[in-house]
Amino acid sequence: MQQQGTQALADVAARTNAVIDELKGLEGPLLPILHGVQKEFGCVPRDALPVIADALNLSRAEVHGVVSFYHDYRSEPAGRHVLKLCRAEACQSMGGDAIADRLQELLGISFHETAKDGSVTLEPVYCLGLCACAPSAMLDGVVIGRLDEGKAQEIVAEVRT
Amino acid sequence: MTVTIYVPRDSGSLALGADKVAKALAAEIAKRRLDARIVRNGSRGMYWLEPMVEVATSAGRVAYGPVQAKDVGALLDAGLLDGGNHALALGDPEKIPFFARQQRLTFARCGITDPVSLEDYEAHGGLRGLRNALKLTPAEIVKQVTDSGLRGRGGAGFPTGIKWNTVLEAQGERKYIVCNADEGDSGTFSDRMVMEGDPFVLIEGMAIAGIATGATKGYIYLRSEYPHASIALREAIDAARKAGVLGQRILGSDHAFDMEVRIGAGAYVCGEETALLDSLEGKRGQVRAKPPLPAHKGLFGKPTVINNVISLASVPIIMDKGAEFYRDFGMGRSRGTIPIQLTGNVRHGGLFEAAFGMTLGELVDDIGGGTATGRAVRAVQVGGPLGAYFPRALFDTPFDYEAFAARDGLIGHAGIVVFDDSVDMLKQARFAMEFCAIESCGKCTPCRIGSTRGVETLDRLAANIEPEKQVELVTDLCNTMKFGSLCALGGFTPYPVMSALTHFPEDFRPQPMREAAE
Repeated sequence: MQQQGTQALADVAARTNAVIDELKGLEGPLLPILHGVQKEFGCVPRDALPVIADALNLSRAEVHGVVSFYHDYRSEPAGRHVLKLCRAEACQSMGGDAIADRLQELLGISFHETAKDGSVTLEPVYCLGLCACAPSAMLDGVVIGRLDEGKAQEIVAEVRT
Repeated sequence: MTVTIYVPRDSGSLALGADKVAKALAAEIAKRRLDARIVRNGSRGMYWLEPMVEVATSAGRVAYGPVQAKDVGALLDAGLLDGGNHALALGDPEKIPFFARQQRLTFARCGITDPVSLEDYEAHGGLRGLRNALKLTPAEIVKQVTDSGLRGRGGAGFPTGIKWNTVLEAQGERKYIVCNADEGDSGTFSDRMVMEGDPFVLIEGMAIAGIATGATKGYIYLRSEYPHASIALREAIDAARKAGVLGQRILGSDHAFDMEVRIGAGAYVCGEETALLDSLEGKRGQVRAKPPLPAHKGLFGKPTVINNVISLASVPIIMDKGAEFYRDFGMGRSRGTIPIQLTGNVRHGGLFEAAFGMTLGELVDDIGGGTATGRAVRAVQVGGPLGAYFPRALFDTPFDYEAFAARDGLIGHAGIVVFDDSVDMLKQARFAMEFCAIESCGKCTPCRIGSTRGVETLDRLAANIEPEKQVELVTDLCNTMKFGSLCALGGFTPYPVMSALTHFPEDFRPQPMREAAE
C-alpha cells in the first residue's frame, strides 16, 4: 500500500516536472504552470504544490495561496462535463435565476457540486460576454445563448449520455 | 467566380448556432457542387440577427438572419449565392438602421473581414497607422495620441497620452505594454468582439504603443472565460509575426516588439490594473497601493503601459487619420467614439459604436427598441456590476464621462443592462454586495468585510427586521467602502447599492407597505 502511495507520488512529481520544464522559461511562469498542471491532471493535485514551489524557489504556502485565490483551479477533478452558468446581471434580467433553479433541479445538484455518477459539475460564472444573448452558459467550452426550457433539457440529455 | 459566404465565428454567434450553420452550408455546397467558399468573419454586433450570414454579390453584400442550420437548404434554393429573396433576407447589412446610425471607427472592420487574414486586414485599411507611426519620433506619436483626446476605455477614463508620456520618460532597461483583456463586467463584450472579430487592430495598437514608449514586449492578459478570443488572438499573432509586423524589426524598421497572450484564472479583481500585474507576475491578484504608478514601476517593477483593449484598438485609426479627425467626434472632454453595449432585457441587443453625447433614453428606447419581454423598462445598469442603476427619470443623461458622474453614475466600459418592471431592486442591491464579497481580493478591510456585512444587512431588510435601521446601516457601510477601499471593486460597489436605494426606495420599504404602494 505504502509502496503504491510512493509510486503515485513519484508519478505526480514526474508529470508536474514535465509541465514545469516546458514553461519555466516564461516571465512570471506560475499561472501558466498551474494551467498546465490542471490540464494534465484535471485538477491541481496537493502533491504537485511542493514540486512547483521547489522549481520556482517559492514557499509551499505561496503556491497554495495562489492556487486557492483563483476560482479556476480545482483540488479535485471535475465531472466528465463542466456546465458553467452565467449568474451576472444581464442574464438575471432575462430570467437567468429561474433557469439556474431549473437546471439545478434537473441535474439534482447545486452550484459547486458534481453529480454522484460523475457526469457533470455545475459552476457559476460571472459573465461570458454573451450579455446580448442572455441567459447564457458554457458546456465543456461550448457557448450556449438564449437559454430556455428546451435548451436546458438538451443540456441535461447531453451530460447524461 | 467563387462566391464568398460569411458566417461569423464570434462567440455570440456561436452561442446562437453559427457553427451548425457553417457546417450545414459546407455540406450543401459540396453536395450541390457549388462554386462557393465560406469565410468565418467576426460579428457586426447585431445579436438579435445572429447568426447573420452574408454573401458577397456583384451588387455588394447581402445579409440573411437569424439563420439556423435547418434554413440553409431553403436559402440556397432561393438563390442565396446571388443574394436571392427569402423571408430571412435583410438586404445590405450596412443599411440596417441599427448599423447605419453608428459611427464605426474602432470597429470599422469588425464583421467585414476574416479576422485572422492579414491580407484582408491590410486591404481594409489595416497597418496604415503603424506605418505612419514608424515615420515619427516616439514623442510625436505620444503627442498625436494626447491631442486626439483619447481616454482609457476601460472605465476610469484616464487620458491615454499622459499615461504613455510617463512611460516614455521613465528610465528602464526594459519596458512593457500590457493589454487589460480581463473584461469581467457584466453587460460588456466589446473587448471580446474586437479580439474575435478584428484582432490585428489590437496587435497594431500595441505595436504602436511599444514604438511610442520604447517597450519591446507586450502581454495580453485575457480572462479564461473567453476561449474563442484566445484562439483568434493566437492565430493573428502568429500571422503578424510571420509577416514581420511583430518581431525584431517591425516592418523592416529598427523597432523590436513582440507579444504573447496570458490566460487569467477566473478572478474579477484581476481587471483592476495593479491586481492584473500581480497576477501576470504569478502572484495572487491583489491590488497594489499607488504610488508607485505602473508607468514607473509596473510589471516586474519596470515601466509599464497598461491599457484596455478598446483604448489600444482605438490608436491605429488615430495614427492613420490624425488626432484632429478623432477628436472631432464626441462632446465636452469625452472625445472620439465609444462602443456601447446594449444588453440584458433589450429587443435589439448588440454593439453600437457612436460618438459620445447620445442620451441614455435614445440608446435604450430608440436604438435598443425597449425590452425583449415587451414590458416597460424600469431600470438600466450602466458600467458593469459596479455601475449605478438609473431610472427612466435620468434617461436624458448624455453619454459622457462627466455627465454620468454628475448624476452619481459611471460609464465604465459602456455596458448598458436593461431591466423590465419585474426587477426587484433590493435583490439587485444585495447581488452587488454579494458579488463584491465573492470577488474581493481581501487586501483591504472595507471591501472584504463591508461587502459581507452589506449582504447580511440587506437580508435583514428583506426580512423586515428594523428596516429603517438597516437602510441607515447600509448607507454608512457604503460610505466606508467608497472612501476606504483600495480599488474600484470595494470603492464602486456602493454605486449599484446606493442608486437602487435612492431611485427605487419603494423596493426597500417593508413588505406590507410595498404591497399597499402597488
